[in-house]
Amino acid sequence: MDALGLYNYWIAIVLMMTGFYVVVSRGNLVKKIVGLNIFQTSVFILYISMSKVSGGTAPILAEGFETYSNPLPHVLILTAIVVGVATTALGCALVVRINEAYGTVEEDEIQSQDQEA
Amino acid sequence: MSPETAILLSLGLPLAGALLIALAGRQPNLREGVTLGTAGLLFLTVITLVPGVMDGARPEATLIEMLPGLPLRFEVEPLGMLFALLASGLWIVNSIYSIGYMRANQETHQTRFYICFAIALASTMGIAFAGNMLTLFVFYEALTLSTYPLVTHRGDAAAKRGGRTYLGILLCTSIGLQLLAILWTWQLAGTLDFTVGGILAGKASGPVVGILLLLYMYGIGKAALMPFHRWLPAAMVAPTPVSALLHAVAVVKAGVFTVMKVVVYIFGIDLLAASGQNLWLIYLAAASILIASLVALTQDDLKARLAYSTVSQLGYVVLGAALATSWGVIGGSMHIVMHAMGKITLFFCAGAIYTAAHKTEVSELSGLGRAMPFTFGAFLIGALSIIGLPPFGGLWGKWYLALGALEAGQIAIVAVLMISSLLNIAYLMPIPIKGFFGKGSGNPGPVEIKEAPLPCLIAIGITAFGCLALFFFPDSIYRLLYPLGL
Amino acid sequence: MIAAHLPALQIVVPLVSAPLCLLLRRGDLAWALALAASWAALGCAALLLQQVLSTGPISYQLGGWAPPWGIEYRIDVVNGFVLLIVAAIGAVVLPYARVSIAHELPEDQHAAFYTALMLCLTGLLGVTITGDAFNLFVFLEISSLSSYVLIALGRDRRALTAAFQYLVMGTIGATFIVIGVGLLYMATGTLNMLDLAERLPPMAESRTVLAAFAFLTVGAGLKLALFPLHFWLPNAYAYAPSVVTAFLAATATKVSIYILLRFFFTVFGTAYSLELVTLENLLIPLGVAAILVCSTVAIFQTNVKRMLAYSSVAQVGYMVLGIGFASTTGLTAGLVHLFNHAMTKGGLFLALGCMVLRLGSVQLDSLAGLGRRMPLTMFAFVVGGLSLIGVPLTAGFISKWVLVQAALEQGNWFVAGVVLVGSLLAIVYVWRVIEAAYFRPAPGGDPAAPNAAAPGGEIVEAPLSMLIPTWILIGASIYFGIHTSLTLGVAERAARFLLGGGA
Repeated sequence: MDALGLYNYWIAIVLMMTGFYVVVSRGNLVKKIVGLNIFQTSVFILYISMSKVSGGTAPILAEGFETYSNPLPHVLILTAIVVGVATTALGCALVVRINEAYGTVEEDEIQSQDQEA
Repeated sequence: MSPETAILLSLGLPLAGALLIALAGRQPNLREGVTLGTAGLLFLTVITLVPGVMDGARPEATLIEMLPGLPLRFEVEPLGMLFALLASGLWIVNSIYSIGYMRANQETHQTRFYICFAIALASTMGIAFAGNMLTLFVFYEALTLSTYPLVTHRGDAAAKRGGRTYLGILLCTSIGLQLLAILWTWQLAGTLDFTVGGILAGKASGPVVGILLLLYMYGIGKAALMPFHRWLPAAMVAPTPVSALLHAVAVVKAGVFTVMKVVVYIFGIDLLAASGQNLWLIYLAAASILIASLVALTQDDLKARLAYSTVSQLGYVVLGAALATSWGVIGGSMHIVMHAMGKITLFFCAGAIYTAAHKTEVSELSGLGRAMPFTFGAFLIGALSIIGLPPFGGLWGKWYLALGALEAGQIAIVAVLMISSLLNIAYLMPIPIKGFFGKGSGNPGPVEIKEAPLPCLIAIGITAFGCLALFFFPDSIYRLLYPLGL
Repeated sequence: MIAAHLPALQIVVPLVSAPLCLLLRRGDLAWALALAASWAALGCAALLLQQVLSTGPISYQLGGWAPPWGIEYRIDVVNGFVLLIVAAIGAVVLPYARVSIAHELPEDQHAAFYTALMLCLTGLLGVTITGDAFNLFVFLEISSLSSYVLIALGRDRRALTAAFQYLVMGTIGATFIVIGVGLLYMATGTLNMLDLAERLPPMAESRTVLAAFAFLTVGAGLKLALFPLHFWLPNAYAYAPSVVTAFLAATATKVSIYILLRFFFTVFGTAYSLELVTLENLLIPLGVAAILVCSTVAIFQTNVKRMLAYSSVAQVGYMVLGIGFASTTGLTAGLVHLFNHAMTKGGLFLALGCMVLRLGSVQLDSLAGLGRRMPLTMFAFVVGGLSLIGVPLTAGFISKWVLVQAALEQGNWFVAGVVLVGSLLAIVYVWRVIEAAYFRPAPGGDPAAPNAAAPGGEIVEAPLSMLIPTWILIGASIYFGIHTSLTLGVAERAARFLLGGGA
């Protein structure tokens, strides 16, 4: 029962491993960025999962709202999402420039071009 | 001036000299004058320390605390006094010789040469006056680095290779072995100060002493203990004044000086003798003496022959230290001086022969003595001193060493000393004999061979005279060194 | 009034200067602003360290919100020391950058360059100064992202792939750190480092905390180029602009080591890190491997920048070794080497930058005869090389001495030997450069090479604005090899503080 109840964390782990695997195994630079994104997303889910309180709502100061989900991790995740977006943007910019310089975004082709030079 | 000032001045003078030489680089005569002036002043400064040390004073000076509990400290004791006198005195002579040699051979980069010489001498003074092992190590490394440009002076491929061997062996032994030994000593004893009786009493015994001794002896690569001696013949690519400096004044003497200091002031001769760990060192030193002499016999290149002779002679000093008796230590220390004087004469002659006749091989020297009587005469004197025959100073070094061997009960070592002297005769005497009495090499060549340039001859004359003079003054040296053996 | 807000100013000044640099558009104006900001940052750091040394740790509440809910900047001896290093390198590198960047980057990128450099400086200073674990991640990413940009600005197109590789590995590392922080938060409910330190010991046995420890170690390890997670470093350092290499080599890995120290000793505590997890079993072998493997690889490099990059990984190995000993002497060794290596490597890379300015490349072959043509630059390289080897009277000797002492104290003869062998290996690769520069005759000179040779086409000495910063750093590596009371004194205080007790 407990294991099923923790399905958030299982998903987080699966996503983390998937993302990591994509980064490591795929030679296409764009795919690497995608993998990185999946990896980072898993972290977001991890944080959000831990902040959820059963029956909790958003922290509203008013009558009838007693249990709040922890807002702090949400804030942390907003920051992390922004960082993730910046990283992705930077990564994509680099990929564009690499494409201009090498004519390809496949890692092995880039490596062989470098070795010839 | 106060002793403390004298100590600091003896380091500062050569360094200031180096700076002035750099500034005077464009005017060769001024530059040479600066070198000679600095050397002269240095010698005078060092002499002012002698009376005090003879009376038992141990002047000291402290610079800065480099590591917690380990300052850069200087302390003048008899052995250091002797070494400093030797180095500063012979610098003057070597500079005179260099002027003649470098100009006659029209060597390039002469300013760099004299600058590095001055820095090397400053390092040598630092080694001589070091008050603790850290200070000694600092200046020991400085000496290696400052002599590297001298060894590789010619700048060609051969110089590069020779420089690699030189630097490689010296740095690897000093960083890999000596530094480890120093740190271990620091950990065992809590101090690195040179103390009469050693600092390891009660802190180390048995195998620890043995291994530590091994690390030190092979870590002091400048002592050229076989098999880490290869750098010495490799350094022969250098111009002859550099070889004279290396093999008489600074580098090798710094090596055996360090060996002596370590044995007397870090281990203490009583600890070493009692532990029995010095036996293997005695045998190693003896082997080094004999094997190097044998190799010298096979060398046709004159400088190479002299290089291996140096390896062998350094073994004498290490032997003196290894015997761990008072006569042995005194004998070894005395040999530092005697050998220096003799060897520098021989190297000066080798350089003179190269400059005047452009010959480097022993086999080519037949009959040359008649054209260069002064040079070959001086060679004869130097050779006799090295062999150890009276009336030349070399006798005393071997004499006290033999006494030390007897005192330690090592009769076999006395035999080794005898055999080695015979080998010395075998590889040294043919040169002046063939030079004076051999047939000439036939055609005299386009240019008649004359004697070497005058400055070279002056220098040769001074050192040859020195070999003779040292015969008559062993007791002053003995009186200076006596406290070492206590 | 200013004194009270120094911690905030330390971050705000470089941070605000960054967008201003971008707005200024013109390269030299941006440079001037960046220069002023970096010198102000140095002033702040010096004052902060002085204050910490005399009165103890400083705690600054950002926005007036009290910790542990508000973000706290906390400066003690350890990060005061690292702050000083980072700010000093920044201050020395900026004057150098004007000519170097003018030569290596096209005109329209200059303002952007200084923007990114200021952001990187901000990030590094922020990582060092903050007392909040998540804030650390944020600043870490600020510095990382800007360093990806800085590296990608290199002339060679391989700079782009190097930056990309660094981006991927660096992001993974940072994400691991944020996972670790998240797990810690899950376990304790706080993000403030001191608060974590209090709340963790009761939970020491839990697997969450262990997982957090593992993630944080690997994440920080990726960032500090701990062997075998160092693969991004050689390419990144080799192809980046000279100023960037010098700046990053002297600061980025040092700050990441600080992160490691902070988490191991302050947050998790000595008892956990040493007894429960026994980190010395991890750090010492990795340190040894880094030293031996990377020094050997460095010997075979023909690109001198790559050679020094591998050398940097080896030097990081020394620092990690020192930390791994986890004794006062060991930590002192690691911390003092942090400082000494920053000076030495910074100076060496700046010297290389001078060579790039005149020669256009730093392949060993192109250095032939440089000893004659650029004597001051080459001599700076020689002295820096001697410090890498660890010759007495250089800073490198001091680090090696304390490190071997730490090894001998623990009876670890093998590691003592490895440290000394590392020096011997360093002799080989340093001497390759020296032989190339002094023993080979200068080639005829290729007029087509993209260099800024003096009018007349000869290779001459580098301009003063580049020589002086180089010699400041190289001079520092000699000065601190002789006058060690500041560096060793502070390092020892920091070591004692980390291991528990005193400030």
